[in-house]
Amino acid sequence: MRPFAYERATSAEDALERHNDGAVYLGGGTNLVDLMRLGVEEPSRLVDVAHLPYDRIELRPDGSLVIGAAVSNSALAADRTVREGHPLLAQAVLAGASGQIRNLATVGGNLLQRTRCSYFQDTSKPCNKRDPGSGCPAREGEHHNLAILGHSEACVATHPSDMAVALAALGASIRVQGRDGERTIPIEDFHRLPDNEPERDTTLEPGDLITAVEVPPVGMPSRYRKVRERASFAFALVSIAAALDVDDGQVRDVRLALGGVAHKPWRAWRAEEVLRGAQATEESFLRAAEAELEAAEPLRDNAYKVPLARNLIVRTLMELGEGS
Amino acid sequence: MTDRLESREKVTGAAKYAFEYAVENAAYAAAVQASVGKGQVRSVDTEAALRLPGVLAVLSCENAPNLGDVPDGELALFQSRTVSYRGQFVAAVVGETLETAREAARLVRIEYAEEEPDVRLRTDHPGLYKPDKVNPVFPSDTEQGKPEDAFRDSPLQVDVTYTTPAEHNNPMEPHTTIAQWNGDETLTLYDSNQGASTVQSTIAQVFDLDPTQVHVVSPHVGGGFGSKGTPRPNVVLAAMAARAAGRPVKFAVPRQQMVATTGYRTPTIQRLRLGADADGRLNAILHEVSEQTSTVKEFAEQTATPTRVLYKAPHRRTSHRVVALDVPTPSWMRAPGETPGVYALESAMDELAVAAGIDPIELRIRNDTDHEPGSGLPFSSRNLVACLREGADRFGWAGRAPEPGVHWEGRKLVGMGVASSTYPAYQRPNKAMARAEHDGTFTVRIAAADIGTGARTALALIAAETLKEDLGNVKVEIGDSAFPRASVAGGSAGTASWGTAVVRACEALRGKMNGAVPPEGIEASADTGDELKARDEYARHAFGAQFAEVEVDADTGEVRVRRMLGVFAAGRIINPKTARSQFIGGMTMGVGMALMEESVMDTEFGDYLNRDLAQYHVPACADVRDIDAVWVEESDPHLNPMGSKGIGEIGIVGAAAAVGNAVHHATGIRVRDLPITPARLLTAL
Repeated sequence: MRPFAYERATSAEDALERHNDGAVYLGGGTNLVDLMRLGVEEPSRLVDVAHLPYDRIELRPDGSLVIGAAVSNSALAADRTVREGHPLLAQAVLAGASGQIRNLATVGGNLLQRTRCSYFQDTSKPCNKRDPGSGCPAREGEHHNLAILGHSEACVATHPSDMAVALAALGASIRVQGRDGERTIPIEDFHRLPDNEPERDTTLEPGDLITAVEVPPVGMPSRYRKVRERASFAFALVSIAAALDVDDGQVRDVRLALGGVAHKPWRAWRAEEVLRGAQATEESFLRAAEAELEAAEPLRDNAYKVPLARNLIVRTLMELGEGS
Repeated sequence: MTDRLESREKVTGAAKYAFEYAVENAAYAAAVQASVGKGQVRSVDTEAALRLPGVLAVLSCENAPNLGDVPDGELALFQSRTVSYRGQFVAAVVGETLETAREAARLVRIEYAEEEPDVRLRTDHPGLYKPDKVNPVFPSDTEQGKPEDAFRDSPLQVDVTYTTPAEHNNPMEPHTTIAQWNGDETLTLYDSNQGASTVQSTIAQVFDLDPTQVHVVSPHVGGGFGSKGTPRPNVVLAAMAARAAGRPVKFAVPRQQMVATTGYRTPTIQRLRLGADADGRLNAILHEVSEQTSTVKEFAEQTATPTRVLYKAPHRRTSHRVVALDVPTPSWMRAPGETPGVYALESAMDELAVAAGIDPIELRIRNDTDHEPGSGLPFSSRNLVACLREGADRFGWAGRAPEPGVHWEGRKLVGMGVASSTYPAYQRPNKAMARAEHDGTFTVRIAAADIGTGARTALALIAAETLKEDLGNVKVEIGDSAFPRASVAGGSAGTASWGTAVVRACEALRGKMNGAVPPEGIEASADTGDELKARDEYARHAFGAQFAEVEVDADTGEVRVRRMLGVFAAGRIINPKTARSQFIGGMTMGVGMALMEESVMDTEFGDYLNRDLAQYHVPACADVRDIDAVWVEESDPHLNPMGSKGIGEIGIVGAAAAVGNAVHHATGIRVRDLPITPARLLTAL
């Protein structure tokens, strides 16, 4: 580990001021510190923002939530208003990591997790995300848990967060304090596809500090389901965040997002489009799933994710449809 | 039901593990790993590393001292420019702090003449050869009758190939050493290992010392599963670094570096052919294994040996072929041989049961034998059938539908599987010492190892029973090479081997005692070497039956083990509490083998990719829902004074087959390549 400075920010303005070249914001550190130990991240300065006063969850009169960026994952999942109004979000958070990690990890940091692709985490090997231009061994190497959608020649990594998948389905926005003031980024525009700049996970500008996440009300049955090789403490092979509103056998509204399939939480816009106004039947759910997955470009060893995502969409919608 | 004697020390943190000894003026070592899969070290540039403040020394092939007689090529640290596999230790740095050492290790620049590594095990590899023996000293091949002809002529035939991946032991405590050279040219090692005596003699040889000059201290060890059965490069590195720095040196192998340097289970490719008559009686068994070793030294896992033990059949063949690849040297991992071998054999038996339309338990009972088929020797005791029957009763086997793929619960397919288990009852010569103290207490000393098994407690129970004393009056001291020489905690032979020496020492002590104990105490010792040589010839093995019930999600291919039961016949159980933990620990490891454990070889770079426990999955608590182990009463006079067989490994043997067979029963799908992941199941569901 290389020497680095540690500073604790006293306010958002102070944090921005301290964030110069080579500085990184520190939340819970559950991913960042690992990456520093591995030599993947080599910040010259850590600006601790976990103690800034962004530790509240606010329920607004319209049923939407404003979640402070420093709220711990455990606090978010345990919050009564979240569990009652946005059960999907609580389920997603609880599906991730372990109790100990959730106690430390923050909402802001969760959004900024880096991929767990083994090549990214091994500094003795090439990786375009870690070392732009060095190449992507994952394309021909080990990729059984990497992307099937939206990947590029340069990168086939997946985004590891569960929470972000739920936020994508819910159409959340990320509130950011930047050098030019405050702004709000829809989550769809927050995480990026790799294209030829896989080193950029998000559209954040240098110094940008996440202060809160705004989540609109759901108002329909919803759930998060995560598929993995063991029963807990594993990243998703594929996960789904879904909400479905059925009226008289017809889909009135639907939200679908997939995890474990792309460089970002994958909002299934095409499937949603097929479903809106369609009959809430297994056939239309299947048609929607297939419409979404038509764009899938599986690699040699991850083609199983296509039927897995398809089954997951159909089954989750069936279960939500039965419940409504 | 005796609690682990050191449990309070362990949960309060008072029990010291190797890294925790407070040696004065300690420095820290960090290792540099080869970043090529094969080749030669051209040059080592240490300038930048040495410039870093706090760096005390850099060691590599360019300046390391010559070692003595190195019995294990993996210990010949920095003795040559050859890189045999990616991740091999090629240099080490000693620094004032751990952080300094690690940073300096990153600054060491090594140039290589790189060659393409050959790392992929396959059955058509031209380098496959027949080893002279398989671990430890079994013949590579055995053949009786005319197996090919008999198989061809059998009315029922199963001809299938199973593969198991490389798996890593991953004990919680990494391989750790503190090395301290003392003024009198003696070496003290605080070390995490499975046998202090073995570390002592091996390291003495490596550094040209008399064994009495090496003192190994290891009272508490945080797991090993075989990977600490022999000293690893960490011990040599720490001792070499301590000498170079002129200070005690601490070195714990980081988890990521353990993958290449502390051993693993070889991947296997196993072809099984079972020929039987129409009612399932075996006529031919052929078990042919391909596996890997390294170019550093040969380790040939004894994968097909359990097939020499389990079932009778007049025509039989077992064979092992090994290829030396540019990979780290595989080694012992919990029940080497039996674990992958019984997985394949017991999966094939399940396939035969399906082909014959016979209940899998009945099929096994029909092929039971009272003589070891491979050797013709009588079994000292064999209660496989009792285990199968007892387990069938307890597990509710009678309610199992004979045909697969019919039991639905919601979107889950549910199935039950069974497999036999077996593991040899080894025993090795040992020495022990027993003392009667003036204050009425007793002390027993032996250089045994408790790697979390409960060995210390079992030995104390054995000593107390022999001395006819309360447990509280008997102190057992282990984990120190200064104590009488002991064999390693391996081969499930610890309690049987050490316990016999403890019994004999305690008996000798009782023979010497006559009235009051004098102030200097009374001492007696024992050596079981002659006793073991004089034993009658028997085939000595423990047996067991593994039962699993799984649910398979029909949409996702996720497999979860709902219930698991192991029934074992392992002689007399010394301490039921810790024995149960050993059994269910092994079974849990078998669940990992069945469903998730897989070290993935990167064929481009030549290393195992999953280097931490986030990427190498072992079962989490949520994967182990309802697991139990019981045992049948077994009295065997041909074993040892305790009447015990080993229990450390049999729990894993057969467990993966039981889970795999349950997956087949649930789904009708036979996955023959472990682990059984959603990726492998989904395409067939």
